[in-house]
Amino acid sequence: MSKKKIIPIGPYHPLQEEPEFFKLIVEGEKVVELEIEIGYNHRGIEKLAENKHWDQVTFVVERICGICSTSHPFAYVLAVEDLLGMQPPQRASYIRMIIDELQRIHSHLLWLGLAGHFIGYNTIWMWAWKAREPILDLFELISGNRQHYAMMKIGGVRKDIDPQNYQAIRKTIKELYPTLKMFEKVVKDDPVIMKRTKGVGVLTKEYAISFGALGPTARASGVNIDVRKDDPYALYDKIDWSVVVLTDGDIYAKILLRILECLESSSIILKCLESLDRIPKGEIETEVFDIPAGEGIGRVEAPRGECFHYVRSDGTNRPVRHKIRAPSFMNVATNLVTVCGYTISDAAITLAAVDPCYCCTERGAVFSKSGKKILTGEELIKLSIEKTEKLKRLYQKQNKFNFQNKNI
Amino acid sequence: MGLKEKILVKSLWVFHISAGSCNNCDIEILDCLTPRFDIERFGMQLIGSIRHADVLLVTGAMNKKSAPILKDLYEQAPKPCFVVAVGTCPCSQHMFKDSYNTISSLDAIIPVDVYIPGCPPKPEAIIAGIAKLINKLTNDKR
Repeated sequence: MSKKKIIPIGPYHPLQEEPEFFKLIVEGEKVVELEIEIGYNHRGIEKLAENKHWDQVTFVVERICGICSTSHPFAYVLAVEDLLGMQPPQRASYIRMIIDELQRIHSHLLWLGLAGHFIGYNTIWMWAWKAREPILDLFELISGNRQHYAMMKIGGVRKDIDPQNYQAIRKTIKELYPTLKMFEKVVKDDPVIMKRTKGVGVLTKEYAISFGALGPTARASGVNIDVRKDDPYALYDKIDWSVVVLTDGDIYAKILLRILECLESSSIILKCLESLDRIPKGEIETEVFDIPAGEGIGRVEAPRGECFHYVRSDGTNRPVRHKIRAPSFMNVATNLVTVCGYTISDAAITLAAVDPCYCCTERGAVFSKSGKKILTGEELIKLSIEKTEKLKRLYQKQNKFNFQNKNI
Repeated sequence: MGLKEKILVKSLWVFHISAGSCNNCDIEILDCLTPRFDIERFGMQLIGSIRHADVLLVTGAMNKKSAPILKDLYEQAPKPCFVVAVGTCPCSQHMFKDSYNTISSLDAIIPVDVYIPGCPPKPEAIIAGIAKLINKLTNDKR
């Protein structure tokens, strides 16, 4: 048996856009184990949000992530609206949906480009990012900024879309359509992409469910999960659309799925515009005065999966508790099974295939024991191991459960 | 202007460090390389190793975990090495000033040559910032 070696990737590595640290444990060319270390991006957003006014929090949560930068404020305003038990005006809901879907296209194209870059196919990188530019122009037209649109507001949206701009949006989306079709054809035709991605980094349906994978990562493995269908927010239930599900679970399926989702999103945008045409120009927000004591949740299908926000209020002008759960936290863990068993050269694309977003993921938790001692990470792990051992002993005694290491 | 700087300004090689950012400045930096903006026509190139870098593009609010690594990286870079703070976060910590995990703005950790504020700065602003760095190096008063 050959000797195990460690290959460190990161925290600052040309492969990665963001700081994160992977330890690939290899035997020869084959990856046998993976360790993930994150925390280079933690900024303590949840705690910051508790010190801000309800309206200011929208901007703080927007800065969690730059790529899915409307999903977090969207989930937050839905949570506060759930607390208040109110509905935003119809027009505001449609505008929110348009922004959300435009962002999905922009995020998926961005990922497609990076995926091309990771397999050494820089042509795809350049093409995909070139196709993405008109979408950013649309954002600039609608909201005034290329990124961080600041469109969400408790009770509605901050800006209306001018009816004169509908035509510009329609034109851009229709012009994008042949490009997306071209990408689909390229991915299906190209022998190099086929060889590099088909059958690589397979995530089976069972693992996808047991890891709690979300979004495109789960849908490429045959799990039909999408918050927009399962628990419709905004007006997704008023519009006819379908969830894209593929069954292979490999990188190829993940690439294809994201392109197909872009096509689906563009049709949703066109349908939203049709509905906006029928609604007369009018209210885009309901005024909110006081936020009473209570709690609420908001769920949004971000480009990477379900994004969840929870807020609790005690009747003052600040949230007492704000909890965020981002989809990458679950998706990144699936790397533990997808990377192992393949070669080192496949690791790059496999690690990137879940579309990881570490700035979303890095939520920290500090536990205070008896009000004095704050446990460090190592101590927490020690506690956790002790608990597992305790449970093991308990169950072994009762012979109810067989705790064998499944070696994942 | 020394000989080294004189040679450098013809083709600045940039290395990109994300020290706890929200990704937006990072994708805008990558955006500069793609067909619409294409800074490679000015001889600038994004490179993979810090040991080849002439310019460090730093984004993000430094946190307790990334700041020591950032300092190490700066020490590994060959000198002269110029540092550009991209975005409001490294310039002045933005809205993360009161956070328990961020330390300080970038200039308290390593010397900074050019500040590009904005959340995120547009690709045009980033290119203008680098052009100002070149002006600064060539003592051009424009």
